[in-house]
Formats: sequence, structure tokens, C-alpha cells
Amino acid sequence: MPSILLAVLVMGLVTLACRAAPFILFMKRKPPAALDFLQRYIPPMIMTILVLNGLKGIRFDRAPFGLSEIAAALLVALFQLWKRNVLLSIGAGTALYMLLIRLF
Amino acid sequence: MNRDAKGPSVLAAAFAASIPVLLGYVTIGIAFGLLLVRSGLPWWLAPVMSVVIYAGAAQFMAVGLFAAGTGILEIAALTLFLNARHAVYGLSMLERYAPFGKHKPYLIYALTDETYGILTTVEAPALAHKGAFYAAVSALNQSYWVLGTALGAIVGGLIPFDTTGLDFALTALFIVLLVEQTRSVRKSLPYLVAAFSTALSLIAIGPKNLLIASIGLSILLILPFKRRLERA
Repeated sequence: MPSILLAVLVMGLVTLACRAAPFILFMKRKPPAALDFLQRYIPPMIMTILVLNGLKGIRFDRAPFGLSEIAAALLVALFQLWKRNVLLSIGAGTALYMLLIRLF
Repeated sequence: MNRDAKGPSVLAAAFAASIPVLLGYVTIGIAFGLLLVRSGLPWWLAPVMSVVIYAGAAQFMAVGLFAAGTGILEIAALTLFLNARHAVYGLSMLERYAPFGKHKPYLIYALTDETYGILTTVEAPALAHKGAFYAAVSALNQSYWVLGTALGAIVGGLIPFDTTGLDFALTALFIVLLVEQTRSVRKSLPYLVAAFSTALSLIAIGPKNLLIASIGLSILLILPFKRRLERA
């Protein structure tokens, strides 16, 4: 148990170091000029990557060929474009996904 | 300025912004708590990890590593690799967090994928209280995670219905945030570069370590387009 607690502490410190690194690095010196550009375009790129990462488990090689994930993802996007109600979009998409994976 | 009147409204706005994460963190948290106790670890380790580490993917990884008796250096290296993406998040938050000296240490410590997504996408309500709003969203999100993981570890086995597929809520949250990003960043290039980078990474290294590989690659690939994006 003490070794596990030590490991938890080390993991916490490493995670904090990852999160704090850019802030410590640019505490005194000026961030590079490219940063303005990155601050604007990193969020849309990260969101695209996080969505695709969430869908990476899709099995196209066997029935229903990823249709449950794709249908649910499309429903979320369409609801969000149409109603812009976050809870409705997430709730409807997740409910559809849970239904589809039980049916097919 | 009536400070007493502002307090609850900032919290109410933060709560409204954080509800989608509530859904995802509690369900994934319960799954994590369950996995932890089923691996023979004591229940209290779940909330302790959610406070000390507070990184979902790393916590799931840790349960497997602890069960396998992995050495501490290897655990540290794997955590570094898994969470290096958070440095990229911080890099794009430098200016956004710059004015919030009082809240900054907590904001940095609590910068998860989901909190980053919410804070880069949702408009903060009152400009004068932006720091408090950001901190409240971050703290609410962490409280959901701590509660969810503890709940899963203590009573997760008693849940009477089949929750398979409920974790789609987190993917759905990122889809919602992506749709909102397309409203503010109306250029196709960043999305295409990110999708291309993810596809290439998936082909090259497979699903493991996909996040860090595709984030690194997408930044490298977007830099040459700096001029073009700024001109348009």
C-alpha cells in the first residue's frame, strides 16, 4: 500500500508538471510570436481530435459497421446546430447510442 | 458593485456550463471506482486519486499498472507521456488565464480535457468575474469526478440497470464543443489538419497514444499555414 500511495503522489506531480509547464516556462520571458496563432487554432484542432479519439473504437469490419456511433454522433451535431441546447444534444445522442447498441 | 449579489450568479452560470460534464464525469467516475475496487484496491483510493492526480485516462491506466506491480519510474514515464497533451492546453491558455492571479494555481492544476473544452468554448458571463467563473467551472467539474469515482468504489456494484454506452456522453460533449468551435473559427483548415493528423496517427501507431501523437502532429502541420490563415 505505501508503494501505491507513493505512485499516486508521483503521478499527481507528473500530471501537475505537465499542466503547469507552459505557465512556468513563460512566467518571465515573452511567449513566442507563433503563440497568438496557436491560441486561436489549437482549440478547434483539439476538439476535432478529442471527438475522433472518442470514436476510434468503431468496428467497421463487423455489423452494424459503426452505424450506431455515426448515427448518434450525427444526432448530437444536428441537435446542437439546430437547438443549441447542450443537454438536449448530449442526452438525445447518448440515449440513441444506448438504444442502438442494444438493438444491433 | 454588489459583491454579495454577484457571488451566486457566477456560481449559477458556472453550474449551467458544467452540467454536461456532470453527466459524463459521474458515469465514467462510477466505472472507474468499480474497476478500482474489483482490482482489489481499497475504495478510498478512488477519491484520493481523483484529488491528487485528477486525470481520468491516467487513473484508469494506473489501476492496471498497480495490479501488475509496475515500477514507479515506469509509472512516472507513462503518466508523462499520457498527460503531455495538457502542456499544449496550458500553452493555449497562457493569455486567457493571465489576469487571474488568485485563481490561477487551481485553474492550472484542474485543467482536464473536458474543462479545457468548456472554458475555450463557452462565453464567460460577466467580464468582471471571469476568473471566478473559470475557477467555479473547474471546481464543479472536479467535484463531479471526485464524487463519481467515490460513488463507484463504494456502491458501484449495486447499480441495478445496465449502463453500457452511457460513456458516449463524453464523446457527445466533445461533439457539442466542436460544433460551437465551428461557429467561432469559421475556417476549414484547422479541422482538416486535425482530422488528417488523427487518421495518419491511427494508421501509423494505432489507437494507443493516439491523442498525444495526433495533437503533436497537428501543431507541426498547421504551423506552415500560419501566414495563409492570418491573411484570410
